[in-house]
Amino acid sequence: MKRWHLIIDIEKCENCNNCFLACKDEHVDNEWPGYAAPQKGEGKGWIEVLGKERGVYPFIDVAYLPLTCMHCDDAPCIKASKNGEVYKRPDGIVIIDPRKAKGKKEIVSSCPYGVIVWNEGLNLPQKCTLCAHLLDENWGKTRCVQSCPTGALRLAALSEDELEGLKTLEGLEVYRPHLNTKPMVLYKNLYRFTHCFIGGSVATIIDGKEECLEGARVTLTKDGDKIIGETKTDCFGDFKFDRLEEDSGLYTVKIESPGKEGKTLQVDLKKSTYIGVIYL
Amino acid sequence: MKGAIKFLAKTEAVKKKIFAIVLYALQLKLNKTAREHDDFKKRLKEKDIVVQIKLKDNSCGRYYSIRDGVVSSKKGIHEKPDVAILFENAVVALDVLLPPRDYLATINAMKSFQIGLEGPEELTSWWMEMLCLMLNMGIEYGVDVGRGVKRYTSNTNGGPVFVYVKDGKIIRITPIEFDEKDPDPWTITARGRKFTPPKKTTIAPYTQVFKSMIYSPDRILYPMKRVDFDPNGERNVKNRGISGYERISWDEALDIVANEIKRVKREYGPGAIVNGSGSHHLWGVLGYWLSARLRFFNHIGWTPIAHNPDSWEGWYWGAMHHWGQSMHLGAPESYGTVEDCLKECEMVVFWSSDPEATGGVYAAFEGTIRRQWLKELGVQMVHIDPYYNHTAALFGGKWLAPRPATGNSLALAIAYVWITEGLYDKEYVEKNTHGFEAWKDYILGKEDGIPKTPEWQEGEAGIPAREVRALARQWGRKKTYLAAGGLSGFGSACRDATGNEWARSMVCLMAMQGLGKPGVNMGGMQQGTPVDMNFYFPGYAEGGLSGDIANTASAVNLYVRMPHLPTVNTVYQMIPRLRLPEAILEGHTIGYPTDPKTIEGQFRKFEYPAPGYPKVRMYYKYGGSHFGTMCETNRYARMYRSENLEFVVNQSIWFEGEAKFADIILPACTSFERWDISEFANCGGYIQHSFNQVNNRVCIMQHKCIEPLGESKSDFQIFNELAKRLGFSIMFSEGITELDWCKRLFDATDLPKFITWEEFLKKGYYVVPPPPESMRAPVSFRCFAEGRHKDTPEIAPLPADYTEEVFKGLQTQTGKIEFVCSSLVRFDPDDPERPVMTKYIPAWEGHHTKELYGKYPLQLITPHARYSFHTMGDGKRSWVNDIPEHRVLINGYYYWIVRINSKDAAARGIKNNDLVKVFNDRGAVICAAKVTERVPPGTVHSYESSAIYDPIGEPGESPDRGGCMNILTPSRPIIKKSHSIAANSCLVEVEKWNETDGGGR
Repeated sequence: MKRWHLIIDIEKCENCNNCFLACKDEHVDNEWPGYAAPQKGEGKGWIEVLGKERGVYPFIDVAYLPLTCMHCDDAPCIKASKNGEVYKRPDGIVIIDPRKAKGKKEIVSSCPYGVIVWNEGLNLPQKCTLCAHLLDENWGKTRCVQSCPTGALRLAALSEDELEGLKTLEGLEVYRPHLNTKPMVLYKNLYRFTHCFIGGSVATIIDGKEECLEGARVTLTKDGDKIIGETKTDCFGDFKFDRLEEDSGLYTVKIESPGKEGKTLQVDLKKSTYIGVIYL
Repeated sequence: MKGAIKFLAKTEAVKKKIFAIVLYALQLKLNKTAREHDDFKKRLKEKDIVVQIKLKDNSCGRYYSIRDGVVSSKKGIHEKPDVAILFENAVVALDVLLPPRDYLATINAMKSFQIGLEGPEELTSWWMEMLCLMLNMGIEYGVDVGRGVKRYTSNTNGGPVFVYVKDGKIIRITPIEFDEKDPDPWTITARGRKFTPPKKTTIAPYTQVFKSMIYSPDRILYPMKRVDFDPNGERNVKNRGISGYERISWDEALDIVANEIKRVKREYGPGAIVNGSGSHHLWGVLGYWLSARLRFFNHIGWTPIAHNPDSWEGWYWGAMHHWGQSMHLGAPESYGTVEDCLKECEMVVFWSSDPEATGGVYAAFEGTIRRQWLKELGVQMVHIDPYYNHTAALFGGKWLAPRPATGNSLALAIAYVWITEGLYDKEYVEKNTHGFEAWKDYILGKEDGIPKTPEWQEGEAGIPAREVRALARQWGRKKTYLAAGGLSGFGSACRDATGNEWARSMVCLMAMQGLGKPGVNMGGMQQGTPVDMNFYFPGYAEGGLSGDIANTASAVNLYVRMPHLPTVNTVYQMIPRLRLPEAILEGHTIGYPTDPKTIEGQFRKFEYPAPGYPKVRMYYKYGGSHFGTMCETNRYARMYRSENLEFVVNQSIWFEGEAKFADIILPACTSFERWDISEFANCGGYIQHSFNQVNNRVCIMQHKCIEPLGESKSDFQIFNELAKRLGFSIMFSEGITELDWCKRLFDATDLPKFITWEEFLKKGYYVVPPPPESMRAPVSFRCFAEGRHKDTPEIAPLPADYTEEVFKGLQTQTGKIEFVCSSLVRFDPDDPERPVMTKYIPAWEGHHTKELYGKYPLQLITPHARYSFHTMGDGKRSWVNDIPEHRVLINGYYYWIVRINSKDAAARGIKNNDLVKVFNDRGAVICAAKVTERVPPGTVHSYESSAIYDPIGEPGESPDRGGCMNILTPSRPIIKKSHSIAANSCLVEVEKWNETDGGGR
């Protein structure tokens, strides 16, 4: 049986928030009986876009992570609901029953991803329904996917085999896998949000003038001589090693260029780091 | 049938007989319609009157008695009908009356006084409306999608949409996904790959949020009067912006406004009424601010508020002198550039260019996928912007952050590297440009002793010299596109104290690299798609139903395609928009026009008051955006409270901004509550063919999706109601409804060749098929680079502006790109603010203005907002306010955001989401601080265009916590001989704000 999966490419998300707004459009002032009561107009929605800046001026990048219900196979919210207030459909969608769940505030705190919202007015825990009311009418996609202009959000009905194939092909990952909830929402290029980089710029002096040094060889090592990465500086003399774990300890950056004395620096990596301009 | 009848009716006698039959048939049709349609019957019951239709000589006629919704009629002439329609003769009558409707015949008959309409305005208008309704009853529009839901279409500044309506309420708004019958998009083959955009439209955030704006609690639902305003007694103008409002009836409101129009004209003379709108309005060719509004005001005579070229400033006042392009406000044309860029280009330099923030303009995210293709192809990207903008964030590449308003120094330093290292196209410069040697001498320092080296640049823009050299060498060696502005010539760096010189240098740099050669051109994939350039559909700047040939682009196409009565403003007086407060408070000011017909259009200085005209006394404002969008806007708050303004009326959808400073407020409805017709991203006028930003041209029937909320009315209807009181309703409406105007405009386009009105009305949209590859528009400037006649499909420049043969060369006097500008040599060669060739002129507010810089050491930039479009989308309790990069909710209040570098924040003890006061001598704004690395130390970033103005004390004199950053920006023009905005040269200080320091809400 094919089940629904939301696939999110971090590299294609530009924080336009059309997903957040389309979700509001579909659910605010609209009741979808059996699926969801109306969403609140103001405040936190059922999908939000988290942002992350990496690095320091002038060497930075920015990534965004749309976060919504993970529709987990091993969902803590289902465990927390004693009387079937939350249930998982055969197609994978996790639904909070809008009638049964009235007053069950504990469901909100059961979610380790923090994507269940308490609707004070309706006395109801609420979250993303993956627009099940639309999928059941062959709409074919969720509203957030429909309004996403960049292709960052995709909805796919996949068999187990297809899912495994896609995971390998596109390097899909689970966000915060240590929570062990088996999400059906998967991310591509997740490192842009979860991992960090070491960047730097290499310069030299030619005829008394500072010049960017292109093509310098930069090697990143850890724990003595274990090579983590090798790269060459670009036309601006810049280099960047990405996909490093935050707080992952001491690294050594070695910079070499033919005919010049090389340099070696140590970096104690906490979060994304720009080591500045290195002169050879 | 019409032709056949006219052919058969050879004698006057036969014609009269046919006329008599038509008159009899009219009674039958009226009654039949009333029987079949309760709505019509209900309307018909509104009046019990006698209407006469006859020939002027009384030789033939019939009169109709309408009683309780039933029409009876009698052949002959009535002695005292309530309404009479008179025709010169039977020929004219049949031309006008026989279907299909012939607007040209009707207009010709009206202009020649061959038709007469007699009776009170109220009754004649009603009767004409009944005749329209009779023909439109039972029309079908929209698509039934089941379960009582109907899918309509509409269009917005951020893209066209499907609108799902149930029980008279909008439940859903989505982008348009085309069906299998719609044509496939184009395909570009480049570098061994095929690129095709998706078969759908994209929408901007401020479009996705429309439902919350339509049903906003801030909607004005009834006409209102300021509680302490008495038109016949004490007006209490000092209380504007302070006092509350009370609901009044439409009759009372319209009577007050109509009486005030008459009074100020009577007491002061023509031109004492000033009117202005925001730069934008809700989308629609007929409903935009250049349509019904102009038609109305031209009928009463008015002093227009002259717009500055607001988003183009430096291109208009500066760059234009180098290459013409006047009809694009000095920005370049862009045909064929998407295909050329995909095939040939090796690097794109985005310089003050953030198309991902603004969607170019009106084009939602249509350009995004095209830039994604560039990234997939590995084309190098460089971003020059003091803010790490959204385009840089999405696509990556080198980021260079010059100090604001110093970009020209960086440009000159690049030119220096090219000159000294031989990295420019000498042959092109020799053949296609004028005056290079003089500029070269300036660059090398032969003129002023200062070589414009990358090191010299470091003291101005602050970019490391080595990076400037690296960029210049890449650029000099690679085929490079320069994206200057979000779409070419649009946006931030041209809106600062050195904006002219920056834009000028952009042209000079491209001239050195061979503008127009393969892979060397302007743009960042935002414009220049291979859509059909020749299918005609008007943009909003073509004036819609305005009939204003002088002040819109109507004359180019629309006026002759859609016969309608012309309208003329007889008042030769105008007020520059940025000087309105001075005009009111001081009684005089000067300006320079935005007249893009020709380069010299901008030189014609004008004065207010104009000779023989009174100062303005009445302000009829359309919307309420100026606190957020003009400069040094506390001036506007002070202006509103001046005794010199005797009466202020605001016609607005939402209760926000300036609407709260009016004496009378007229509630307008949104475009979802009225009929209109338009095309995706087609504005026409200054950005002719602006639809070449979209991937699929889509013409849209803007259905009246729901009834107007409350007692709100469309702008057209409000104006028509006033027109009735001022005696020109029939001239204003031409006796037809808004839906009929849509049909009339439909008939004026190329649509009827491909789709019937009925089908268009039902389906709601038409996708214009892309032309075959061999028929695509040529690449802009290619013909110029190759010395050929102009071959791109536009009529700019106008024939007289070519120096040699028409279509040969550019618009400049030499026909070449001019490093030394002939037009400036002629106009004012000694103007130190605008020299004949571009030079580095330090900003008049910046790091060289030592005293001010010492007091206010942070430079604020306020580009166009991302999630809102001018004031649309912001405030109004729209969902946009909950986007964390738009506003931040602190203690129950949604604050505007100012972005500050971590070092500057730390030095001031400011943490993320702290409330801060951003201030200078011009005022103060309370914001939420966002501590970020996306701006360098010394620069702070926010957006312009807050919809909310919420002073915590006296309006115009106290800090605003609504977020109108333009309170802080200078009102000084870029140069004195211009009417321009320099908002991005703005020194401020930022300090922590304690919320208990000011009032609450």
